[in-house]
Amino acid sequence: MDDCDCQKYLTLSGLEPLIVTPESNFINVGERTNVTGSRKFLRLIKEEKYNEALAVARDQVEGGAQILDVNMDEGMLDGVYAMTTFLNLIASEPDISRIPIMIDSSKWEIIEAGLKVVQGKSVVNSISLKEGETEFIRQAKLVKRYGAAVIVMAFDENGQADTYNRRIEICERSYKILVDIVNFPPQDIIFDPNIFPVATGMEEHRKNALDFFKATEWIRQNLPFANVSGGVSNVSFSFRGNNTVREAMHASFLFHAIKNGMNLGIVNPTMLEIYDEIDKELLQCVEDVLFDRREDATERLLAFAETVKGNKKESTETVQEWRNTELQNRITHALVKGIDAFIIEDVEEARQSVSRPIEVIEGHLMQGMSVVGDLFGSGKMFLPQVVKSARVMKKAVAYLQPFIEAEKDGKQAFAGKILMATVKGDVHDIGKNIVSVVLGCNNYQIIDLGVMVPPEKIIDTAIKEQVDIIGLSGLITPSLDEMVYVSKEMEKQNLDIPLIIGGATTSKAHTSVKIAPHYKDAVVHINDASRAVTVVGELLNKNNVVYKEQIREEYDVFREKFLNRTKQKDYISIEEARKRKYKIDWQTSKIVKPKQLGIQIIEDFDITKLEAYIDWSPFFRSWDLHGKYPDILTDSVVGSQATDLFIDAQELLKRIFDEKLLKAKAIFGLFPANSINDDDIEVSLKEGHTELVSVSHNHEDQLTFLTLRQQLKKREGVPNHALADFIAPKETGIQDYIGAFCVSTGFGTAKLAEQFEADNDDYNSIMIKALADRLAEAFAEYLHKEVRTKHWAYAQDESLTNQELIKENYKGIRPAPGYPACPDHLEKQTIWKLLNVEENIDVKLTESLAMWPAASVSGYYFGNPEAKYFGLGKIKEDQLLDYSKRKNISIAEATKWLNPNLAD
Amino acid sequence: MSSIREVIKKRILVLDGAMGTMLQRYNFTEADFRGDRFKDYPTALKGNNDLLSLTQPNAIADVHRKYFEAGADIVETNTFSGTTIAMADYDMEDLVYELNFESAKIAKYVATEFTNKNPEKPRFVAGSIGPTNRTASLSPDVNRPEFRAVTFDELRIAYKQQVEALIDGGVDLLLVETIFDTLNAKAALFAIEEVKEEQNIDIPIMVSGTITDASGRTLSGQTVEAFLTSISHVPLLSVGFNCALGAKQLQPYLKRLSSQTDFYTSAHPNAGLPNAFGEYDQTPEEMKNLIEAYLKDDLINIIGGCCGTNPEHIKAIAQVVKNYKPRQIKQLA
Repeated sequence: MDDCDCQKYLTLSGLEPLIVTPESNFINVGERTNVTGSRKFLRLIKEEKYNEALAVARDQVEGGAQILDVNMDEGMLDGVYAMTTFLNLIASEPDISRIPIMIDSSKWEIIEAGLKVVQGKSVVNSISLKEGETEFIRQAKLVKRYGAAVIVMAFDENGQADTYNRRIEICERSYKILVDIVNFPPQDIIFDPNIFPVATGMEEHRKNALDFFKATEWIRQNLPFANVSGGVSNVSFSFRGNNTVREAMHASFLFHAIKNGMNLGIVNPTMLEIYDEIDKELLQCVEDVLFDRREDATERLLAFAETVKGNKKESTETVQEWRNTELQNRITHALVKGIDAFIIEDVEEARQSVSRPIEVIEGHLMQGMSVVGDLFGSGKMFLPQVVKSARVMKKAVAYLQPFIEAEKDGKQAFAGKILMATVKGDVHDIGKNIVSVVLGCNNYQIIDLGVMVPPEKIIDTAIKEQVDIIGLSGLITPSLDEMVYVSKEMEKQNLDIPLIIGGATTSKAHTSVKIAPHYKDAVVHINDASRAVTVVGELLNKNNVVYKEQIREEYDVFREKFLNRTKQKDYISIEEARKRKYKIDWQTSKIVKPKQLGIQIIEDFDITKLEAYIDWSPFFRSWDLHGKYPDILTDSVVGSQATDLFIDAQELLKRIFDEKLLKAKAIFGLFPANSINDDDIEVSLKEGHTELVSVSHNHEDQLTFLTLRQQLKKREGVPNHALADFIAPKETGIQDYIGAFCVSTGFGTAKLAEQFEADNDDYNSIMIKALADRLAEAFAEYLHKEVRTKHWAYAQDESLTNQELIKENYKGIRPAPGYPACPDHLEKQTIWKLLNVEENIDVKLTESLAMWPAASVSGYYFGNPEAKYFGLGKIKEDQLLDYSKRKNISIAEATKWLNPNLAD
Repeated sequence: MSSIREVIKKRILVLDGAMGTMLQRYNFTEADFRGDRFKDYPTALKGNNDLLSLTQPNAIADVHRKYFEAGADIVETNTFSGTTIAMADYDMEDLVYELNFESAKIAKYVATEFTNKNPEKPRFVAGSIGPTNRTASLSPDVNRPEFRAVTFDELRIAYKQQVEALIDGGVDLLLVETIFDTLNAKAALFAIEEVKEEQNIDIPIMVSGTITDASGRTLSGQTVEAFLTSISHVPLLSVGFNCALGAKQLQPYLKRLSSQTDFYTSAHPNAGLPNAFGEYDQTPEEMKNLIEAYLKDDLINIIGGCCGTNPEHIKAIAQVVKNYKPRQIKQLA
């Protein structure tokens, strides 16, 4: 059962837990506290300079290590003593011992000594079949009894596995012994299928990397819940002394190993090039070697290595004119143009020209950023460019940070501290990230709590970090209520921090009516990123009393007006509305029985097919560039920016396609259905199930969709719509049909975005999410067409262009819960139940019923030619009561979900 | 008699309250603690509550009886300090086996009495395994952070002896409780697993940690989730919290625990926080109301009391749990 998936993730702990889920980024193991890998650490341990040794450990944790590898295997050391002492010392340092320990030794007694002194759940590195099954079982049993996870080396009585077949054979044998005999939890097993050097000149080493990739993929597919790890630096062993080549090899190897399923490992971050920044020719040579693509691959890499030997890699770009100008010009130019190629050297030059490194930020960089800010403020720069500027800025600051920290009380003077969060239950963060970047560019310190942030965490962090402003973001409608809740909690806790509200469903109306009255400090709604800077600036101004009062007054007036306006609308009772339903003449209406009833799953869909179906206009909107595609590309105001953005998008899209960065999956089903009691749709599950799909466990043979009906009073003869009107009522005796679907192109997005963010590349991090969203919509469009023309086949001879599809010229509709025709998010649960979506394609619903991964679309299919899209508008209390009865939930619960649609 | 694994599926089980609070009511003197057998013992013995199982067995049996009468399903043996490590304070290491064995027998005798009277409500005995007075992952000497006053192996050997005696004395389950250092608990669990394997038996295990203050961490610094992760390698009957906090303060941590474990959950909080005089003055009615909040939130399978609770508290709790269903646990795949 999917309920227990939580039990199947590798879970470790120090003072805090580490859960390795499929969504987790690659887990990086800190490796400097290893006497075999670090001469410095060995010397410190030998000389018993444990305080300095602890500093090495602390550096690793602060540098982002999520597990700390500790190894004391050295002939001259008493390993048991050193391991015990060092781990005991770590236990006394809460900032180090918060992460789990990897107890690394080839000697069992040292491992056991380590296991006896760690209170958390650690990882043993490693055991293997080297000494035979009996010893392997004995050690595995003890590891389990001490409460640790284990790395298993691909090693047996005959030696280390060095081919693909040996790797998988040993791993499978080890797995079976561990799971079947020792009863070891499979999620606590981590295989190390041996990373060996390539390009050594030896014929038998040619496939070392490729076999590792293949074995990793095989393990992840065939040994359920097991993990894969490895020590990456081995692969480049034959290029010792040539860091340019080694760094490129590590980056490329890691990139492909992760793609094949390696989820944790030992990597030295200082010996790692950014994959995208590897010289293309070098990358080609490296990957030819890793994948054993050509006979002369090694020779070619060696030849290339000669050209970069010893020196820092030389840029193949020609040095441009602007490089000859004076320093401040160069820095400003780099920031304005978003060029990061030379920023480190320029910043270094600047650093040497000042007495304190902080002056580079406050002087050179801020001067450049203020040019960016002016250009942006005057509409001469656009959001995508500003995000690129931010990327350069971040890189520069990251470079300066160690120098600043090295100085006593060296602090960066920020203009203010701003907390940003996407509220609980919501996973959408494109808008929030854009605002964060823009504010970051303007010298505000951003504390970004990410997505699905619970209110307590927002408030606790705000207090603890003494932030100056709290920013809340959300996209789906339940987030509106969550924001109201957060504002009430803030009031309860007596906070006096201004609150800014943003996100696609938020509005000035909602903010002024539902949020501002609950919170005594300033509450401001911001609908685009460029306004964020002005608003935040005003709020943090020393003389902000006037501004705050103005805002308060403005919102009070707005609220009054808004409330008065809504009161003028007239509504009719739900009974009356039902009498005025949209009537289809069922005797003559054309109902087509789908060619194939039941559920179908599409996995590993070739996403390149979606390119033609992309609707680009919303993509530009997400970057605050307004206009219709393709006209926007030649627009007199934003045209050139839109074109640049479009080119970058195309480039990333090409990468997504070429490197298969995103995975697309879909599920849909077509079922017999009839409407009942006017507004409900009864769906029959009896027909058409195949063995191949996982069917809902609750053995019901029918499910009911509840639809909502328009209640606004309309002219005589204009109907009050509900989606149920498009399905033949049961009493007509005519069998009708309905479909439901869910598509997602978001698998991999979060990971990629995090990789970009780790590289300080917010531009591409936002870009990947925006593209994934577009691809999901395109997939929904594509699938709908397939359903219309093939699976349901009521429109077999349809031939529409993409433009016509975007204009919704097709027959039948695919409304999505949460959107105007059916704003009720709860219906997603019924779709999930009907198609068993989570189990089948792994798209989940959050507590606020957002879909995860975020780039997903779900909805219904209505095939009737008369079906059309409409907006529900507001509904009255009588329908709410009726709905809560039909749904069998409390009125409070129903109110919570339908709140945005309730007429006041 | 149905096993505890069957009963726990059907209803919320009630654990007893404090032993120490009850024994204070007897106002035992040094002479009472010594009894006849230890009248010439070289060390002072007043305060060694575990020893009363040998010198005042009727009083111990009476306390168990009062808790069963109040409605408890499970009583804990009077063995909180029954290890060679804790008994070293009284020079009584050699008595550890006998203390645990006799304590188990007394509790089991009373439990059987009650089960026979009403077989519909079987009563159980949990062998209480305390934390000892030493910590395996913290140094008692700030100047020597690498120093440990007790090692894993010393703990493991001591716990093993206690576990064997408790099992020989007839306990139905084992309760590793008041864990303020997870490494101590891991040593106890290691010992239990060894005994289980050597004797080829399966005995249910309850684990109960202690969140020491509002930091939400154990004394040894772990968060609720890290604690849970560190002890989940053993198949447990239940995991929970006890001591240090009152029912109200414990609730948020219990919530986090309950949402993240597939084991049954337990709690035996103190009767509120101690007042200025170090006394617990939360009334049975007050505590009951706080516990009812757990029940409404569906957090609990086993509930009882720790410091400051007495049979009146347990009676109030036993009455309120009847109205609620036990927390459902997710079935393991």
